Amino acid sequence: MNNVTSGVIAKASHRKKIHDWIVVIILIMLLIAAFTISANTGTIRLSPMELFKTLLGQGTPQQELILFEFRLPRMVISILIGAGLAVSGCIMQGVSRNGLADPGILGINAGAGLMVMLFVLLFPSMQTTNSLFLLPGLALIGSGAAAILIYALSYKKGEGISPTRLLLSGIGVAAGISAAMIIMTLKLTPESYTFVANWLAGSIWGSNWKFVMALLPWLIILLPFAYYKANVMNVLNLGDQTASGLGTPIERERILLLAAAVGLASSSVSVSGGIGFVGLVAPHLARKLVGPKHKMLLVTSALVGALLVLVADTITRSLPLQKEIPTGLIVAIIGAPYFLYLLSRSKG
Amino acid sequence: MKLSESSDNPARSSHNQPPTQFHSRPWAASLILTAGIALLAFGIALSLSFGAASIRLFEVWNAVFHFNPAIQNHQIIWEIRLPRILGGVLIGVCFAVAGAIMQGMTRNPLADSGLLGLNSGASLAMAICFALFPGSSFLQLMLYSFVGAALAVVMVYGTSSLSKTGITPVRLVLAGAAVTALLSALGDAISLYFNVGQDLAFWYAGGLSGTKWVQLSIVLPWVVVAFIGALMLSRSITLLSLGDEIALSLGQRTGLVKITGMLLVLILAGAAVSLVGSIGFVGLIIPHITRKLVGVDYRWIIPCSAIMGALLIVFADLAARMINAPEETPVGVLIALIGVPFFLYLARKERRAL
Repeated sequence: MNNVTSGVIAKASHRKKIHDWIVVIILIMLLIAAFTISANTGTIRLSPMELFKTLLGQGTPQQELILFEFRLPRMVISILIGAGLAVSGCIMQGVSRNGLADPGILGINAGAGLMVMLFVLLFPSMQTTNSLFLLPGLALIGSGAAAILIYALSYKKGEGISPTRLLLSGIGVAAGISAAMIIMTLKLTPESYTFVANWLAGSIWGSNWKFVMALLPWLIILLPFAYYKANVMNVLNLGDQTASGLGTPIERERILLLAAAVGLASSSVSVSGGIGFVGLVAPHLARKLVGPKHKMLLVTSALVGALLVLVADTITRSLPLQKEIPTGLIVAIIGAPYFLYLLSRSKG
Repeated sequence: MKLSESSDNPARSSHNQPPTQFHSRPWAASLILTAGIALLAFGIALSLSFGAASIRLFEVWNAVFHFNPAIQNHQIIWEIRLPRILGGVLIGVCFAVAGAIMQGMTRNPLADSGLLGLNSGASLAMAICFALFPGSSFLQLMLYSFVGAALAVVMVYGTSSLSKTGITPVRLVLAGAAVTALLSALGDAISLYFNVGQDLAFWYAGGLSGTKWVQLSIVLPWVVVAFIGALMLSRSITLLSLGDEIALSLGQRTGLVKITGMLLVLILAGAAVSLVGSIGFVGLIIPHITRKLVGVDYRWIIPCSAIMGALLIVFADLAARMINAPEETPVGVLIALIGVPFFLYLARKERRAL
């Protein structure tokens, strides 16, 4: 009897594994498809065949210029920040055991936005290309500072940090920062305002290989780290008592994971502006697809996030409007209805 | 102090055992109500006499009760300061009561009209107005604001109720977050595309200073009706805050209560947003503080929240005019300045969810 049961369980878990891998493969194929379509969108079109040839170094000089200098960096950045924000949200939701946690709610975006706005307010004449390279650094400092502040505020001696307290502190700090930003908004010149508003709404302006290089080290270190810690997150999800009963040093792990999440989010936000929705939604969608175990969840989140931002950015570029609508807004406009649809069909 | 099974509580006394014994402090509530009203009167008087032209309290009294249009100070008080202050009282009541109802019904301490998408819906409507119908009258702006808020509520409630397991607090807040993201993205896109973002910011930041009697007379009836409705619904909200199952077992028609409650929230938040834009913190912290002070009985929480909300706005508005006179600081910013430290303090003390 016992053997039979364990056999059934083994079979079921095997089937689950196959199911998960199919999901991942489908997502990767969708990502490749989106990539091809994205390369084919814009003023100069690259058909899939031309794209393939150019990638292999056999395109015309013009095609190479378009692809390598303009389109590819932007697409790569979309994919990277999508993955970064999604995994960051996934970690935050896991660590705080709260499905609402994401970089936006925890004040990361607000901190970055404040620094950008301060900079534009204090040096209104410096919106040249040079200063654009300064902004990611400033944004990183701002979001890091906000994160440390929130952590310090929710830390209590003897108790560590509780998930609820963390979330509440994040909301409080974010509210404070946005109040400060309202005052600054009123003092901005209309041109600076437009720039800041676009930045806050998440327009990917850093479409340049240098930005890719700035972003890549963070992701190369932190994404595998998150994957490596997947089991710890699974244990943390069981609740503090169970987790410490299983011998997990909760506080240390939590700090490490949160630091990783903050690093991912703030490096992404520094390049992309305040894209807020990916971190919330991608982990939720991923959980619907592969369930709550973190190994698959992290991978799927990253893919969903990358797909979401890449598709949104492609739409941004191809909309026949006189002005470009920031990618972050498109992410929300296509992501939210789908999220609501899933929510309306969920049982739990 | 435990709420005894008294005769004013028929649903409870019909059961032998109370489902949950919850703490309520009627004496604290009565104190808040009386002292709060006195303090509010003081704040209003102070607010009326203070400003670019300082006017003595005696003259304020005369202006209010023996108005003489020939005297300039009377004009200032009657036409500029009084509507502004009454507007402040009104939106304080609106945001705080809307927040209290939402927190009770969704059993989520973070619920407020901002989180459930209402403010973003109203703001989207405003952005559309500014971009496509410049020069709309205030009545039109308010009605659009209602429509926007209603759109958000329908979306939030619609999606969470479509699901097989119905409306749960978690799903409601998630739907709220998604709807907020969607509607504010649309609003942002419109205001970026039509270049009305900063105009909107100015309009919101101007806040109470532009309040006119006409606007008050349009908003007031809605608010009064909604507030009375909230008081009538308060007992049901208390039961709902204990959980759907308990409320159901006590004979509550939870669906009806939720819909009525949401309608009230809609009117309150929509009216307030149309007057001053989205001031987020009042609906979040005032019910929190009130619950700490008076316990978990919404028959006390709702009136006390109303008073405390009005107090917060009136004094914040007073301070907003004093800090950097003669320039005004946006009142929403000031409320955040007061609210954030206090909220963080509460967050530190928070042990349980609600």
